[in-house]
Amino acid sequence: MNVKETLSAALKSLLLNKIRSFLTMLGVIIGVFAVISLVSLVGGIQNYVEDQFNDLGANLIFVSSGNNNYRGGRPGQNLSSSNLKEEHIELIEKEASDYIDYVTPTVQTVKTIKYKTNSSYTTIIGVSYTADKIFSINAAEGRFLNKSEVNNSSKSVVIGYAMKKKLFSQENPLKKNIKIDGKSYEVVGILAKKNPEYDEALIMPYTTLRDNFDGTTIISIVSKAKSQFPITKAAESVKLAMYRDLHDDEFSVMTQEDILESINSILGILAVALATISGISLLVGGIGIMNIMLVSVTERTREIGLRKALGATSFDIKRQFMIEAVIISLSGGLIGLLLGWLSTLAIKNLVRATVPFWAIPLALGFSIVVGVVFGTYPAAKASEKDPIEALRYE
Amino acid sequence: MTPVLQAKNLCKGYEVGDEIITAVCNINLTINNGDFIAITGKSGSGKSTLMHILGLLDTPTSGELILNGKNTKGMSEKELAQVRNTDIGFVFQAFNLLQRTTVLENVMLPLIYSKIPNSEHEKKALEVIEQVGLTHRLKNKSNELSGGERQRVAIARALVNNPSLILADEPTGNLDSKMGEEIEKILINLNNEGRTLILVTHDDDLAKIAKRQVILKDGAILSER
Repeated sequence: MNVKETLSAALKSLLLNKIRSFLTMLGVIIGVFAVISLVSLVGGIQNYVEDQFNDLGANLIFVSSGNNNYRGGRPGQNLSSSNLKEEHIELIEKEASDYIDYVTPTVQTVKTIKYKTNSSYTTIIGVSYTADKIFSINAAEGRFLNKSEVNNSSKSVVIGYAMKKKLFSQENPLKKNIKIDGKSYEVVGILAKKNPEYDEALIMPYTTLRDNFDGTTIISIVSKAKSQFPITKAAESVKLAMYRDLHDDEFSVMTQEDILESINSILGILAVALATISGISLLVGGIGIMNIMLVSVTERTREIGLRKALGATSFDIKRQFMIEAVIISLSGGLIGLLLGWLSTLAIKNLVRATVPFWAIPLALGFSIVVGVVFGTYPAAKASEKDPIEALRYE
Repeated sequence: MTPVLQAKNLCKGYEVGDEIITAVCNINLTINNGDFIAITGKSGSGKSTLMHILGLLDTPTSGELILNGKNTKGMSEKELAQVRNTDIGFVFQAFNLLQRTTVLENVMLPLIYSKIPNSEHEKKALEVIEQVGLTHRLKNKSNELSGGERQRVAIARALVNNPSLILADEPTGNLDSKMGEEIEKILINLNNEGRTLILVTHDDDLAKIAKRQVILKDGAILSER
C-alpha cells in the first residue's frame, strides 16, 4: 500500500465521520488560532508603540521622578508626587546646553472642557513653548504657544484635531474662548492630525496649568538632543545636571531607545507567555485527537482484522492511523491559521498587526508534530491487533 | 503437479494458565488445484483454528504448511501478509465489508495491498463484480445491499487478486435459505471454473456441495470422504 492509497483511505475514513472529525480538530483549531492571533496582536502592539515613539520625534531624553525605568521601581510613584521641579528645567538648559537643543516639562490633568453647550472630558497637557519642536507637533491653523504665554501663565490653549471636531464642529475655534472650571481660555491654534494622544488633547503652558489647577506636578522633563552628538552623551549630560539637585534613586533618565527596548522586552515576554498558554490548548487538542483515535481504533477493530486478512501488514495499519491523526491535526492547523489571519485582518485598523511569515511554518509544523505525537499510540494499538481476534470483535 | 496446499502434522495449542489446550493436532491434508473441500465438525472441533492456520492468520505450534510449494514456516509478518494477499481469498460469515463504502471500493480493497499497478485496479474489480452479477450495484454502499448481495461482494473481493485458494467460513451462515442457495451456486460455479475452495461449516447440507469432506473431532481428523 503506497502513501497515496494510505492518504486516500485515511481521508475517506475521516469524511465518513465529518462532524466527529471536525470536533476532534477543534482543539488544534483553537490552539493555532490563539497562537497566530496573539503573536500578530503583540507584533501589532509593538509596531504601534514604535509608531508612537517615531511620532514623538527623534533624539528625545526623558527625565522622570523616582527610579521607574520600566525595569523596576514602584509603579505609579510619580503619579501622586514628583521629585521634579521647575528648577530642574533651568538646570538642564544650563548644564547640558552643549548637547541639547530644547527642554520642556510635561504636566497633565484631566478636566471637562466646555464650549457653548458642547463639553468634553479630556486630558490637558502642560508644556513649554518648545514642545512643538521636541514632539514634532505642528499647528495646522493658528500657531503654537509662544515664550511670553509660557512666561506669563497666559490663558492660551492649542487644541487637538479631534477636540476641534468635538467642541466646535463646523465653527472656527481660533480666538474663541473655552471654559475649564469656570475660567476662560483662548484657542490660539489647532494641531494637525497626529495621533490619538494629541488629537484628543488640549495643550496649554505648564505655568498656566500650575497656577490654575491644584495638585499638578511635573511628570517628566523632555529634552531634544543635538543630532551631531550621540544621544547617550546627551543623556549623560542631562543626568549630570540632575545630580546637582537629586540623588540617583530620585530620578531616572531614559532615551527613546531605552524605553522602546524595555517595552519590547516586556511585550516579548508577554508574547512568549501568551503563546505558551495557547500552546497548552494545542496540547489539549492533541489529547483530544488521541482520545478520538483510540475510540476509532476500537470501533474499527473488525476493519483492522479484515485489512490484515486481505494483506495489510502491521506497518500499513499503523501508517493509515498515523496519517489520519496527522490529517486531523494539520487540517485543524490550517483552519486555525486561516481564522488567525482573518482576525489579524480585523484588528489591522486598530494596530498595525500582521501574521509574521515564520508563524505559518511554525504553526503548521507544530500541528503535524501534535498529530504524530498523539497519533502514535492509537496507531500502534491498531497495528498490534491480532487479526483473528479483530475479525471476531462484535 | 504441485498441490495448492499441504498440511503436515499441524498442531496448535494454547496456554491457559498452567495447562496447554490442544485446539488441533496431527492434521495432514493435501489440497490440489481444483479441489473443493469442506471442513466440518461440531462446535469446538477445531474448524476455526484450522481455517485460521490454513489462511495464514495464525501460526501452528508444530508441523508445516506448504502453500503452492512454499513452506510458510519462518515467514516474516510481511511475507505472510503478501501470501494472504496474493494466494488466498477469504469469504467470511459476517461478510466483513467496509461500511458506507461502495461495492467497487470494497472489491478493490485487497488490490491496494498488492503490487498490481493502480491503473488496473478498477478493471480487475469490475471483472469480478460482473462475475458475481453485481454490475448494477457498483456505486451502491455496502449498507444498501441485501445479505445475499453483500456476500456476493465478499466473494468478488476474494476473487479480485485471482488467488489460488478461496477460504469460505460459513458463507451462508448469515443468510436465509434462498440467498444461501444463491451463494452455494456461485461457489459451485467457481469450482467448476477450476478454482480451489475450502469451505468451513458445521452445516452438513452445505458441506455436501463440496467434492471432499473432512470431519474434525476434538482437533483431529475423524474421517475424510
